[in-house]
Amino acid sequence: MSLHTLTLAAMAKGLAAGEFTSVELTRAHLDRIAALAGALNAFVTVTADRALAQAAAADARRAKGDTSPLLGLPMVHKDIFCTAGVKTSCGSKMLDNFISPYDATVVERLDAAGMVMLAKANMDEFAMGSSNETSFYGPVRNPWNLDCVPGGSSGGSVAAVAARLAPAATGTDTGGSIRQPAALTNLTGFKPTYGRVSRYGMIAFASSLDQAGTVTLTAEDAAMMLCAMAGFDDRDSTSVDREVPDYMATLNDDLEGLRIGVPKEFFDDGLAPEVAQLVKDALEVYRGLGCEIVEVSLPNLALSVPTYYVVAPAECSSNLSRFDGVRFGHRCANPRDLTDLYERSRGEGFGAEVKRRIMTGTYVLSAGYYDAYYLKAQKTRQLIAGDFRKAFAEVDVLMGPTTPTPAFKLGEKTDDPITMYLNDIYTIGVNLAGLPGMSIPMGFVDGLPVGLQIMGNYFDEARMLNVAHRYQGVTDWHTRIPGGYE
Amino acid sequence: MSLTPEQVASIAHLARLDIGESDVQALAGSLSSIIDFVAQLEKADTDAVAPMAHPLDMGQRLRTDQVSEVIERDRFQQNAGAVEAGLYLVPKVLE
Repeated sequence: MSLHTLTLAAMAKGLAAGEFTSVELTRAHLDRIAALAGALNAFVTVTADRALAQAAAADARRAKGDTSPLLGLPMVHKDIFCTAGVKTSCGSKMLDNFISPYDATVVERLDAAGMVMLAKANMDEFAMGSSNETSFYGPVRNPWNLDCVPGGSSGGSVAAVAARLAPAATGTDTGGSIRQPAALTNLTGFKPTYGRVSRYGMIAFASSLDQAGTVTLTAEDAAMMLCAMAGFDDRDSTSVDREVPDYMATLNDDLEGLRIGVPKEFFDDGLAPEVAQLVKDALEVYRGLGCEIVEVSLPNLALSVPTYYVVAPAECSSNLSRFDGVRFGHRCANPRDLTDLYERSRGEGFGAEVKRRIMTGTYVLSAGYYDAYYLKAQKTRQLIAGDFRKAFAEVDVLMGPTTPTPAFKLGEKTDDPITMYLNDIYTIGVNLAGLPGMSIPMGFVDGLPVGLQIMGNYFDEARMLNVAHRYQGVTDWHTRIPGGYE
Repeated sequence: MSLTPEQVASIAHLARLDIGESDVQALAGSLSSIIDFVAQLEKADTDAVAPMAHPLDMGQRLRTDQVSEVIERDRFQQNAGAVEAGLYLVPKVLE
């Protein structure tokens, strides 16, 4: 049996039935990582010894009768999540020497559930990027075509899962950083409602947008992980104190009569016709499952990218001011004075895209410009959120493409930041409104995968997972494995 | 609009970022194009719109005023570039 192609759900069954142990499962994945991860540049750190110890502990728990659903299942964490005693780099030279003294809540919860961390995944520096080309550790490659980007910023997470080096990964999504890379690598990427999963110990980029989520092979696996990850955390001031439903319980609910809204603005000139056709095909599948398809409008969608590129850099310039060369992170050699210590530590520690965003944010927040940019953007953000509210008064979920095109080539968009930013046109609106969104595999364009985006109302994660799971019950796109990684 | 190299240098100083002579020109170009790009927000009619403070209209949560953290200075200082006697070292700020 090839253990590495199993879903989390299938692995859990195998472990429960005693067909294999967590140590065997973990070793099988560590062997694949040793053989295949290098060419993809998927990881910053491989934590083999820690993984085997966690796996042995999971097997011991099981032997004592513990039947926790995630017990002994391997996974990788995006290197934005603090892991006690393990380097947490956030893809930056700034934190290349940073050993976190504590665990993020997400790490703590998945550890407690018995999951086994195999590695820390490569990512765009401080999660700022849509192609995983801004990492200090070099670009990640797409297992579907090594000349292509895997998307970003959770590029290492998706490359690892797509290449079956791990069955699941965590990611973070500030403007599409889970959904876009999941779409470009044929995976299921889930970004919950803002505040649903704790941000404690997740290195901050844009605090009003950042949200942790999952990268998995199926919606069912996403549901399994979210059951453990979601929930109130006193240590995150924006965490929402609200009951977490059992996401597994409603996965198979009937979709008869479900109203699916399709925003007409998603089908603009920038959308590749082949991708548009695949969305139409997917909607036909839903029609066959008894759903009603309704056209809706999000008239302010075009404002979402410019709004985002005011709000996110503004928050980033503020959040990243903590990297001062004094308490942690890179410190320049022989500072002349305090200003020199700050300026050179930061100048040497941050890469080009991070600097660009800090500078943009500093500019829009600087004296005389606040009202014109930041205040204005928080108003247009309200318009965008209002469009979604109106749409969800009419329909149960929204659907459209996750990205305008399949994966692009490495280096293709690095010269022009605006072109790169526009790649996130369909995903950013959800972050600005604080809504949950996901991407699931829906087919291929010239051998490269693209994703169907499902957007839900606030805290409607259970329904979205149900909607995705039923699609995956009647399609097999999500079972396709890139050549060479079967 | 187009940012001058002087403006870029001044923003860099506000951000406490050493960007180097060679990067100033490139940043002037890319920052100007980003500022032009986001300037399209001007056209949106937002006269009657309140700025968003929180996507879920949540207020800030308060907690009871009691000790909840322990200070583990020595452990936390292991990540610092220069410490002595429990203090973080920086260049002299007073002569």
